[in-house]
Amino acid sequence: MAYVVTDSCRGCRYTECVTVCPVECFHLDEEMTYIDPENCIDCGGCAPICPVSAIHPSWQMPADKAGWVEINRLRAAETPVVNAKLPPLPGADERARRLAS
Amino acid sequence: MSVPHRIAVVGSGPAGFYAAEALLRSGVPVAVDLFERLPAPFGLVRFGVAPDHPKLKQVTAVFDRIAGLPGFRFVGGVEVGVDVSVAELSACYHAVILANGASLDRRMHIPGEDLAGSHQAGSFIGWYNGHPDAAGQSFDLSAERAVVIGHGNVALDVARILLKTPDELRHTDIAAHALDALAESRIREVQIVGRGGVERARFSPKELAEFGDLAACDTGLDPDDLPGGVPEPTSEAGVEARANAEILRAFAEAGGGAGKPRRCLIRFGLEPLHLAGDGHVERLHLRRPGSDATVALDCGLVISSIGRRTAPVPGVPYDAATGVHANLGGRIQADGVPVPGLYACGWSKRGPRGTIGTNRACGVETAAAVLADLAALPAPIGNPDALVANLANRTGCSIDFAAWRRIEAAELARGQAAGKPREKIVTRAEMLAVAGEAA
Repeated sequence: MAYVVTDSCRGCRYTECVTVCPVECFHLDEEMTYIDPENCIDCGGCAPICPVSAIHPSWQMPADKAGWVEINRLRAAETPVVNAKLPPLPGADERARRLAS
Repeated sequence: MSVPHRIAVVGSGPAGFYAAEALLRSGVPVAVDLFERLPAPFGLVRFGVAPDHPKLKQVTAVFDRIAGLPGFRFVGGVEVGVDVSVAELSACYHAVILANGASLDRRMHIPGEDLAGSHQAGSFIGWYNGHPDAAGQSFDLSAERAVVIGHGNVALDVARILLKTPDELRHTDIAAHALDALAESRIREVQIVGRGGVERARFSPKELAEFGDLAACDTGLDPDDLPGGVPEPTSEAGVEARANAEILRAFAEAGGGAGKPRRCLIRFGLEPLHLAGDGHVERLHLRRPGSDATVALDCGLVISSIGRRTAPVPGVPYDAATGVHANLGGRIQADGVPVPGLYACGWSKRGPRGTIGTNRACGVETAAAVLADLAALPAPIGNPDALVANLANRTGCSIDFAAWRRIEAAELARGQAAGKPREKIVTRAEMLAVAGEAA
């Protein structure tokens, strides 16, 4: 069990999640963040703070996002830890508005 | 390298540790003394997080790493405001950060609240979590029904611990005295009551959903509270409120009747009026807000969980309206003017809200304020090392992080013998003895 970042993050990468993670379990690449399931303690702090609702608990994944559990596991192992907020990717706000509508 | 700035942080819960981390990792030469009134660190991670939520407690591994950072020192067993004043700290440190949490329960202010059998959640939670201040408490678990007042996660913790079987709790780090008492409990029903409706409840969906998975307890709603069933979420409902509504609808449909021996009812739209009983709680009277309709519940235990506030610290301006140290973005303010060198962090800065990690962002913000002000703060006249040595004489104990590690090693060894992850030592005297200190 762990929380899982899904493709809704891709292209936004707001990193609000990173600021409230108590255990520094977020990793990132050029597109999005990933949660290391080995370190996540299921505190649930990241999910409600995500501006695009990209984060879900692994036990409540939307059916079309189930593949992201494994992607997070794999990508977290290959990418560096991020422990402070970064500027969102260019165009993030516009994309977030589109996702919300 | 210049002489480091010296900073005192008061309170070793998540907020204190994350503030210390943000300072120590800033690249600015600082040394942090983390003051804690108990011989054991970690605040609500040790004494608040429920024993059946062990995964959350893994965060202490992060605090252990922070404690290993150069410049960090743990000063346990020293109560700021009692053993040492804020003024004394301010004289020895460039900056003082108060991260002393929200240790006071808000009271309902209704007649009968002080009857035996009526308690605030903080003392019950402290009791099952082995807090030294609550170790001597006792709770009457002999009546069939208990009522928990409040619609937050703390209320859920209290109800869940009352409703779990000894076998569900035996292999957690619950305090031994609590496990023994709960094993004899005759409580068969817990009602969780709140004034508001479904949408106003502040449960986390994850914690609410746990009530669908209890070994010996069915969870349901009372049809009287929601005659039309669980309402559809309004447009204002957030993600969590929507998830809660879905979970509650499932509880309502299950009807609370899978035939398990214990029952939980989550109730809405009920406002406590008064508690009645002959020297002991026998009945809780409630009313429907906005109407004359009243409801009476026979019960032998009432635990209120309607909020918490920060304990004021002598010499620190207090915002009585919000129940925190008066501050703006972490800078303590007296009548709207910042008090140089005095800061707040965590629940004593922003109130009792958020998850453990919210304190990390909060610690970063307060540390940034300290670092921005540092150059302008006057050099302290006193010596922090002399003060800490002097405090050991004053309190009769000297608990650094190594001493805590000795306490922890003893707890882990006792836990292993008992089939638990940890057997907490619940009195200050025994903690000091195990740490190698005279009690």
